[in-house]
Amino acid sequence: MSEISYRRIVTDGLWHNNQALVALLGLCPLMAVTNSLVNGLGLGLATTAVLLMSNLSVSTIRHWVRAEVRLPVFVLIIASFVTAVELVMHAWFHELYKILGIFIPLIVTNCTIIGRAEAFASRNPVAASGVDAVSIGLGFTAVLSLLGASRELIGQGTLFSGAHLLFGEVARAWELTLNADYPGVLLAILPPGAFMGLGTLIALKNLIDRYFDRRRAELAPAPATEPEQA
Amino acid sequence: MSEPAQNPWRTALTAAAVLGFFAILGSALVGLAYQGTAERIAQSEREALLRQLTAILPKDQYDNPLLQDYLDVSAPNELGTEATRVYRARRQGRPVAVILSPVIARGYSGAIDLIVGIRAGGTLAGVRVLSHKETPGLGDRIDVEKSPWILGFTGKSLDNPPLDRWRVKRDGGEFDQFTGATITPRAVVAAVKKSLLWYRKQGLKLFDRPTPKVESRHE
Repeated sequence: MSEISYRRIVTDGLWHNNQALVALLGLCPLMAVTNSLVNGLGLGLATTAVLLMSNLSVSTIRHWVRAEVRLPVFVLIIASFVTAVELVMHAWFHELYKILGIFIPLIVTNCTIIGRAEAFASRNPVAASGVDAVSIGLGFTAVLSLLGASRELIGQGTLFSGAHLLFGEVARAWELTLNADYPGVLLAILPPGAFMGLGTLIALKNLIDRYFDRRRAELAPAPATEPEQA
Repeated sequence: MSEPAQNPWRTALTAAAVLGFFAILGSALVGLAYQGTAERIAQSEREALLRQLTAILPKDQYDNPLLQDYLDVSAPNELGTEATRVYRARRQGRPVAVILSPVIARGYSGAIDLIVGIRAGGTLAGVRVLSHKETPGLGDRIDVEKSPWILGFTGKSLDNPPLDRWRVKRDGGEFDQFTGATITPRAVVAAVKKSLLWYRKQGLKLFDRPTPKVESRHE
């Protein structure tokens, strides 16, 4: 097996293979819960926790689960962890649990998780799988939070509303209101706003990638073979 | 990995054994998680409920254990649901208020769950929204986090305003509607009015019946 580059795993997870912006996986929760920063962050962290536990276990058992039953086994593992995470959230983040509602159990169906189990954790050592899970998870969380923040900001002119649901009563004061008279843009909070927001984020990512590709091309005078543009 | 010509029975059985093993492991994990959280979940539920009740009726106004003093009633026509719990607040044994949870109003996009507190004399102690699916930015101003509109019910009764003024202003009543959303406040006003009518019919005998035994678990 080729040597594992942790740096590569991290940059892939956060950027080059970002599950929401590049792989376009897990869009259902992404669209549904990102009407505020706190909701996005909450679901992102829950997903990351499940991803980490599932990657670690799948990697641990990768040598002795037969190929024919590996997918059902992965699904079993993921479903068990999701149920555990759901119970924990219900116990300690009761209000947030109520808001995220059905989308916590639906983490099971997030293709990112089974995708990483199959594509990465079942072929790589435990440590690398853990790093992969955290990178992928944080990449996904970042997009959820960014989308949630922009929709909340544009939609109702606030940030961190409901922060106490995630961080306790101290955080009630974190809520920022830009302008008390801000009329709000309903569209941003309704489902179409999620699609537009995600589209904008993908476009931005592509713009940034293209900018750096061009820079690299200029800096490398030798007519080396260019990495193809996706 | 795939060595040809293995005994197919053997293959199937090992696969089944592996799968069974993980099924047991997964169930064990879920069982453990449930054991570890059950108490805490019950406590969170109680705390959340008590917070809602306290928002309507401050703690210093009653001295009985509110969560353990209730009736389960079924009045689908008046309260919008077949299962409403009536919490009864008393002070030194005398009736102070009842809190109905939930009362369901038919909003613009589905059920609006309300909690309605009515003082023994028939004035409103307060109304809050427990959950709703109304349009963000329009109908969701029934939520106290978004707008103080719902606080306007506090202190009202069937005589104040008079019964025929228990409508939104557009329908010739007393209560404000929202710009762009009339259906939501109309539904809430109607539901609160019906709860008051229900309470007037029931009266203080609501306080007489004992709490049903079945559900009262540890403390």
